[in-house]
Amino acid sequence: MIRFEDVSVVYDGASAPVLSHVDLHVPEGELVLVVGRTGTGKSTLLKCVNGLVPHFTGGTLSGRVTVAGRDTRLHPPRELADVVGIVPQDPLSGFVTDMVEDELAYGMESIGLAPDVMRRRVEETLDLLGLADLRHRPLLSLSGGQRQRVAIGAVLTTHPQVLVLDEPTSALDPGAAEDVLAALQRLVHDLGVTVLLAEHRLERVVQYADRVVVVHGGGVALEVGLPHDIMVTAPVAPPVVELGRLAGWDPLPLTVRDARRAAGPLRERLAPHADDAVRRSRATLHVLDGEVALTVDDLVVRHGAVPALRGVTLAADRGEIVAVMGRNGAGKSTLLSTLVGLHVPASGAVSVGGELPSRLRGRELIRKVGLVPQEPTDLLVADNVGAECTASDRDCAAVAGTTRAVLDRLAPGVDDSTHPRDLSEGQRLALALSVVLAAEPPVLLLDEPTRGLDYAAKRRLVATLRDLAADGHCVVLATHDVELAAEVATRVVVLADGEVVADGPATDVVVGSPMFAPQVSKVLSPQPWLTVSEVAAALVVAS
Amino acid sequence: MTRRTAHALGHRALPRWTHPGAWWVWALGLATAASRTTNPILLALLVAVAGWVVARRRPDAPWSRSFVVFLRLGLVIVAIRVLFTVFFGSGVGEHVLITLPSVPLPDWAAGVAIGGPVTAEELLLAVYQGMVLATMLACIGAANSLASPARLLASVPSALYEVGVAVVVAMTFAPQLVGDVARVRTARRLRGRPDSGVRAFLGSVMPVLEGALERAVDLAAAMDSRGYGRTGPVSRRVRLTSSVLLLLGVVGVCLGVYGLLDGGTPGLVALPLLAIGVLAGVTGMVLAGRRSVRTRYRPDPWALPEWLVSLAGLVPAAVIIAVAVVSPESLVGPVAPIAWPALPLLPTLAIVVGAAAGIVAPRPPGLAVVRDLGPAAVPLEGVAA
Repeated sequence: MIRFEDVSVVYDGASAPVLSHVDLHVPEGELVLVVGRTGTGKSTLLKCVNGLVPHFTGGTLSGRVTVAGRDTRLHPPRELADVVGIVPQDPLSGFVTDMVEDELAYGMESIGLAPDVMRRRVEETLDLLGLADLRHRPLLSLSGGQRQRVAIGAVLTTHPQVLVLDEPTSALDPGAAEDVLAALQRLVHDLGVTVLLAEHRLERVVQYADRVVVVHGGGVALEVGLPHDIMVTAPVAPPVVELGRLAGWDPLPLTVRDARRAAGPLRERLAPHADDAVRRSRATLHVLDGEVALTVDDLVVRHGAVPALRGVTLAADRGEIVAVMGRNGAGKSTLLSTLVGLHVPASGAVSVGGELPSRLRGRELIRKVGLVPQEPTDLLVADNVGAECTASDRDCAAVAGTTRAVLDRLAPGVDDSTHPRDLSEGQRLALALSVVLAAEPPVLLLDEPTRGLDYAAKRRLVATLRDLAADGHCVVLATHDVELAAEVATRVVVLADGEVVADGPATDVVVGSPMFAPQVSKVLSPQPWLTVSEVAAALVVAS
Repeated sequence: MTRRTAHALGHRALPRWTHPGAWWVWALGLATAASRTTNPILLALLVAVAGWVVARRRPDAPWSRSFVVFLRLGLVIVAIRVLFTVFFGSGVGEHVLITLPSVPLPDWAAGVAIGGPVTAEELLLAVYQGMVLATMLACIGAANSLASPARLLASVPSALYEVGVAVVVAMTFAPQLVGDVARVRTARRLRGRPDSGVRAFLGSVMPVLEGALERAVDLAAAMDSRGYGRTGPVSRRVRLTSSVLLLLGVVGVCLGVYGLLDGGTPGLVALPLLAIGVLAGVTGMVLAGRRSVRTRYRPDPWALPEWLVSLAGLVPAAVIIAVAVVSPESLVGPVAPIAWPALPLLPTLAIVVGAAAGIVAPRPPGLAVVRDLGPAAVPLEGVAA
């Protein structure tokens, strides 16, 4: 269905090709997962499929890409619209209309289908993706998962044979991600659509893939194989696979269900140590016992008439890492923005370092509390890293070189002259984090920090956050990433509909929760293990 | 569902979108009425009518929240107009309120005065004239809130489609820019920089423009991948003919309109020119439309409610234009001497007719539910997936 023959892509002005001599064949009806570190050319590979590269992006493509027999050299993207549907990383950026129903119809209007066909297909697609209740809703009022499903539906209505998705679940909470993946699964099984999917969060998608393509970048050939085979050696792997490797299970499980069926003996070996694990995680909680960094008391925040937070009470000490979880729209971001004073409480009290954050201005604020927003680039102002660091030193009246020093600690080896856009996601996050940390705020807030990060970058982030907490920072992170929460959080707070529904040590809150339990916990429950490293440590003790 | 129930009037109608063209006709009618009077009572009445209709028939969509923005913009215009009068006014009138130190200007700038006496008459005139502009803006704002820009695009002839896309993209740009400005202000606050004032504004211009440009590129890529700009098989001759006809049409219409407006040209020359221009233009458009393969999904019907909505806007326009000819003094806010403005019966009634649009137009879809449960029951943002 999709065939790459000796394809190389060089962008104008770039010194090295993004893709070189790529050969790939995707047969009809397969769901193919594309993995690889940031910046290895995954997005370019995907954009080649419908001819956006090079017709739209510029650059030079050599070799041949054919989709359903059509050569992308001869067919610009608009001529391929009835064969390939491409869903961009941020669905909102690709919406052409403003209402759900119109958006679904747009592609069909462009290729000129008859009105009765359009009407029928819109209804079918609404049902297929569970969007019927949203048909008259404006696109901007939808949640992340709904937007993603609308974006998929919008390209599906032209009945493309190939669907290309760039990180469809990276911004979604676990529940919404499952909805999207279930919808994709149905397309592949029932309609025989060929799906090409890039995703960092392997733990969510690897089980659905028929084949995995690893993009190594830097001119190294693609690695293509069955998920089981690829996962045995892959440098990046979801926790369930790592657990399987640790326990030496064969075949390697890709799903929690497979792993659970194999996990009986492991659970028995671990049983005597389970209580120790709980005690240890509790212990980390109690040694802190530092000074109070922030308190929130019966906080109510409204967006217009709509209450976003309804009576939230919370306190956090220095040295703690608090993960705030909950579905999209539960009030996580609102809570963080209120803590930096972007929203004024409608009632209740917020205090960060003894002050009401919405009263603080300028340097007073950034010395008390820092926030890394969901999109780290929002925080960056300069057009190269050096200038950014200088500007940041000036902003917080720090000694020249402070920001640079922080950056070198978080992500060594970033060149001063690089444009922030050309950094990898992990480096960009590190830069934004350095800008915030240069003012040395005791309270550090991160909104969805692992969005778009690969496993290596995530591991570095985990180490960074632990160091910061050890230095006496109070870290609060709003996240959908259960694995991250299991890894770093000393405490987990679950918000639902603007209220706190759970608050306690990570072990207590996430174990047994179908939505927020990490994979290791799901495999080994009812024992309270959260991460592979905990299990590995216990196994060392056991042997 | 029979056609009659679907297109019935007002409250009994099934919720559906009113044709955006009808809202624009209605709003432009009110705006025309506003342009012909400086009577502050009539102007205030026009704003009130526009506001009432918006409140009743505004759909629950992001683009429909712009009415208040337009109102504020109107106030700014009034303020600017008044400030200009204070500083550059000529000081005509009897009641001098305050005398500013005047700046002597060289001879070549005769006729321009900076400072000097400021009179009540002058200020009042400035307020009235500012109000005219503000009211017209409010009418445009009402159309913006009531009619979806995307649905307006769906109703333009296919030959004009590309122009329509440009217009709609530009129109949806505004609310997104507002969002961008908020985001940049947030970022400035997080960086410890001033988030209000002139410096903050200058500092956020570049990032906002950059964001806008990036979004434009993303949108273009998405539109391209979804088949925007596909053309049907049309022979070169037809393409050439349509281009020539369109060009002829534009030239003909321009010359014809010029002739009609210019008293020196006899109407016998101007009218045929205009007719030929229109004919050539329409034929060219039909031919050009053949190139486009686009079809339309559920186009908005133009039924009785649309006629009535348009009429509700045209009545005030027609009546006020007529009154302006017959008795112009009742439409003028009196400034010399200063007096309480009159309340002319006929124009007032005509403007009240404009409010009928809020009754005869069908409710927009989705609104019924919101009304029944109260606003708090349906959160706009943050609905779970």
